[in-house]
Amino acid sequence: MFIIQCPWCGDRDQTEFSCHGEAHIARPKNTESMTDEQWGDYVFFRSNPKGMHRERWVHAHGCRRWFNALRDTATDEIFATYKVGETPPEIPESSSANTSTGNASGDRS
Amino acid sequence: MSQICRLDTGGRIDRSKKLRFKFDGITYTGYAGDTLASALLANGVRLLGRSFKYHRPRGLIAAGSEEPNALIQLEEGAYTEPNTRATSIELYDGMIARSQNRWPSLGFDVGAVNSLVARFLPAGFYYKTFMWPASMWLTYEKFIRRAAGLGVSPIEPDPDSYHSTYAHCDVLIIGAGPAGLAAAATATASGARVILVDEQKEAGGSVTGASFDSDSRTKLHQWVDDVSATLEGSDNCTVLMRTTAVGYFDYNYITAVQKVTDHLGPGGSDSASGAQGKQPRQRFWKIRAKQVVIAAGSIERPLVFADNDRPGVMLANAVDTYINRYAVLPGDEIVVFTNNDSAYRTAINAASVGATVTLIDARSDVAKALCTALENAGIRYFTGHAVTAVEGGKGVKSVRVMPLSEDGKTVHGQAWRIDCSIVANSGGWTPSAHMFSQSGGKLRYDEAIAGFVPDMHQAKRINPNHSAGACHGTFDTSGCIREGRDAGQAAVLACGYEVSQGVDAPSVSDDGMGDIAPIWLVPTVHPVGEGSAKHFHDFQNDVTAADIHLAAREGYLSVEHLKRYTTTGMATDQGKTSNLNALAIMADIRGAQIPEVGTTTFRPPYTPLTFGAVGGQESGELFLQERHTPMHQCHVDNGAVFEDVGDWKRPWYFPRNGEDFHSAVQRECYAVRQSVGVLDASTLGKIDIQGADSAWLLEMVYTNNWQKLAVGGCRYGLMLNEHGMIFDDGVTTRLGENHFHMTTTTGGAARVMSWLEEWLQTEWPELDVHCTSVTEQWAVAALNGPNARALLQSISDIDTANESFPFMTMREGLVAGIPARVYRISFTGELAYEINVPARYGKLLWERLAKAGEAFDLCQYGTEAMHVLRAEKGFIIVGQDTDGTVTPYDMDMDWIVSKTKEDFLGKRSLTRSDTKRGKRPQFVGLQTIDPLQVLPEGAHIVAEVRDQPPMPTIGHVTSSYMSPNVGRSIALGVLNDGLAMKGSTVQLRLMDGQVIDAQVTDPVFIDKEGVLTRG
Repeated sequence: MFIIQCPWCGDRDQTEFSCHGEAHIARPKNTESMTDEQWGDYVFFRSNPKGMHRERWVHAHGCRRWFNALRDTATDEIFATYKVGETPPEIPESSSANTSTGNASGDRS
Repeated sequence: MSQICRLDTGGRIDRSKKLRFKFDGITYTGYAGDTLASALLANGVRLLGRSFKYHRPRGLIAAGSEEPNALIQLEEGAYTEPNTRATSIELYDGMIARSQNRWPSLGFDVGAVNSLVARFLPAGFYYKTFMWPASMWLTYEKFIRRAAGLGVSPIEPDPDSYHSTYAHCDVLIIGAGPAGLAAAATATASGARVILVDEQKEAGGSVTGASFDSDSRTKLHQWVDDVSATLEGSDNCTVLMRTTAVGYFDYNYITAVQKVTDHLGPGGSDSASGAQGKQPRQRFWKIRAKQVVIAAGSIERPLVFADNDRPGVMLANAVDTYINRYAVLPGDEIVVFTNNDSAYRTAINAASVGATVTLIDARSDVAKALCTALENAGIRYFTGHAVTAVEGGKGVKSVRVMPLSEDGKTVHGQAWRIDCSIVANSGGWTPSAHMFSQSGGKLRYDEAIAGFVPDMHQAKRINPNHSAGACHGTFDTSGCIREGRDAGQAAVLACGYEVSQGVDAPSVSDDGMGDIAPIWLVPTVHPVGEGSAKHFHDFQNDVTAADIHLAAREGYLSVEHLKRYTTTGMATDQGKTSNLNALAIMADIRGAQIPEVGTTTFRPPYTPLTFGAVGGQESGELFLQERHTPMHQCHVDNGAVFEDVGDWKRPWYFPRNGEDFHSAVQRECYAVRQSVGVLDASTLGKIDIQGADSAWLLEMVYTNNWQKLAVGGCRYGLMLNEHGMIFDDGVTTRLGENHFHMTTTTGGAARVMSWLEEWLQTEWPELDVHCTSVTEQWAVAALNGPNARALLQSISDIDTANESFPFMTMREGLVAGIPARVYRISFTGELAYEINVPARYGKLLWERLAKAGEAFDLCQYGTEAMHVLRAEKGFIIVGQDTDGTVTPYDMDMDWIVSKTKEDFLGKRSLTRSDTKRGKRPQFVGLQTIDPLQVLPEGAHIVAEVRDQPPMPTIGHVTSSYMSPNVGRSIALGVLNDGLAMKGSTVQLRLMDGQVIDAQVTDPVFIDKEGVLTRG
């Protein structure tokens, strides 16, 4: 049962939040010119690393704000939380597992 | 019956308080301070249960919560609780307890025949025998449950109340033994906020039961009393006794169950009422701690020897505890069987209270001082020997003893018999690493103590904790106190407090476990599995060493496979006494080291807990709170039958004069289309959307066009997810240039709100749009039917003429004297007006509508009639006719998908190869050939009828009703390539084998041209 620091409200219990998977996946523009494979990659595929992961959370039973978190999926240690639009923090060197960061190409969210 | 095994003096019982209790119908007496186990033992009752699989007679093995055998059905009726451990039940006057798993009686148990056919009940028996054919499982299951059934669950509602609460502290200490007390005293002295929990009713841990020389005992009890008194008197320390830490979760979140009034018996929570009001039976603590000190102690391991499950074979420390704490000498003639030093104190202690003791040590090399001590106490002893048989059916009568070979693998020479009634055995001590393991810690095998101890901790940064004392592999009391003090100091330091000096350990003589030479499986004259003797390692699940051999022969070598195949360690005791023995026996078979076989992972809960405690206050009405519309009381007064829609209670139908469901719904449906009906539509999701970019947002979340919608205009919209699948629908109205009122399905309200927020916050934060849920701010009465206009006109100042208030527009005005927004939209295909008023006027509106409606035979109708009416018109219900796998094209709703918009959510998915392939399941109407036959919803349309399933399915029924207005049954469904199949006949096969023919039709059954609704 995590304690999560909402960037707006501070430390709160995990039961107030819900997680919505990998962060920093921007919705593509000009979708009509995309191949099925490119579109399918955006809609269906997400990275699922063991180790450091940037992911989206929402303070569903609190301020209802979406934000991002940097979490080690192997230990569940949350190294940082940050607001939408803020520059993602660097991945600390002391993290326990391998450090796949997934698709960090889009940084609008 | 008198307490024949009770000692005249000693023990932590109150002989002045005699308690009467019943076990299996017989009345006994015990004393305050007893457990049910100690009281039964005091009365000479040794047979307490039958084993799970073989129904073998079983008695007490332990004195603590690790007890695997003595499972009790406690109390009767609504208060009854199954599978409670006799060792954890504090005795109270009037207790009623029963043994379990026996029929017809404990002494004569028919199931014991299983023991005779044990050859046919090996490990994996259930998997092998009862898996096939699958259709027979329902039959087998009843038999197995009955035969194996442990206790019986209560069938009446629980009369007790429970409480759950949160707590926060700097340092949580689990266990109030020597280590835990030392940690608590040290942490408390530093000023930290401390919580100390222990499952026993009094602090002291091993000190309360273990054997020491009299000088050490005095000093230790004094130390425990002094430290306890200090803690109790400290404002910054909360001491929770009778409280078991059961779960350890991330970020140092620990759950614990406190038995507040269990020790008072049924109704105890009432009698415990006091200044603080009524006390709950149990309290569930959810504790966040900055630091945790685990001082959970250790559990003695049984030796695995032939027929080691006979009543009277006990752990050595249990014999100690019954003598020292409860003043019960379990038997006059005791054989102590050990492989380590700790049981020598048991032997000497038992002899000191009058028992005749013989000690058998599997080791041939034993310290001289130990032997001298035995000799001084007049105790016979044999080193390098083993107990090879235990005789006596329902209780130990004697043991057979033989010399062991040098390697401990075989016995040789002549066996001889020792008469005895108790076999006190010790195979060493297993650190209770459950909490450490639950916190994410890994264990390491320590050869010196022949056990697993806490090692590395990969999640230590989020679960900072410190193990101290016996759970850390330190068994001598002084060492435990020192480790506890160090752990307490480390914990408060990490919390930012200045470290106090902490408590000092009294100077006592106690070597803990001393030396140990493991003997994991004690040999007999027969190889394991041959002969009639059984070597049990898991008592509760009835698993023997022979089962482990069988598992190994059949290839189940890893510990995870071994567990599941033999069920070892999977009973309610989670293998507290059995896990290491099972691992070690497997290691021996494989010729491997114990760590190579693996360790078991401990999972919550540490001991079983009641659902009541976990539920806490959230039961009955508070379990799930109901949502009521502002008109709810009107519906209750009108005799509505309600249905649950999400958390809402909605009127389902309004029976009149004893009507049944069918008659009422038919009447309501008919009445609406004949004159006018009113539906409480307040539960519809409503979102107020404002801001300069509002129309742009709607363009993106709906499939159709919104920019050009006139102010005051309404439009139906369909929302897709990015997969292109329909996920909600509703009518949205433009209240102003930059102001919209969106409605959603009742069930989708929260989901749509989140959906809008998600896109606004994460993808388009630059947009000027603000969404506010106003579902509960508006009460909605939907008038439907040809007389809807006449009724509305009679109570409103709004000009309701068709030209001034056309279909799909909104007007504001007074309705029944109440300021209202009236939306001319229809979910029935009739002339319809949805009257929205501020929620506080909802009841008033309903009452005035009902009054004014009398002149029009206004019919109040419920959700079922609403469903039928919309189906007559072919309107979909998202979630009923759609299931997240259908596109607008599949639903024959091309008309709502904009061809001109550059983009909207889900658009690109509509041209994916799979969504445009055609011949997908498509939305159609279905009419049975027999007009009176109503298809069951969910019925499958099959490509070909066969005698038996499986048969190829090509579609299914999503909605089906008897329609009084169409004058026959109607149904909606999805059918592969259905749009092209209209006019053809399909076959549906029901569960009972019945085959029904139906014609594929258009889904609109009345007023296809839409004249009524625009009239």
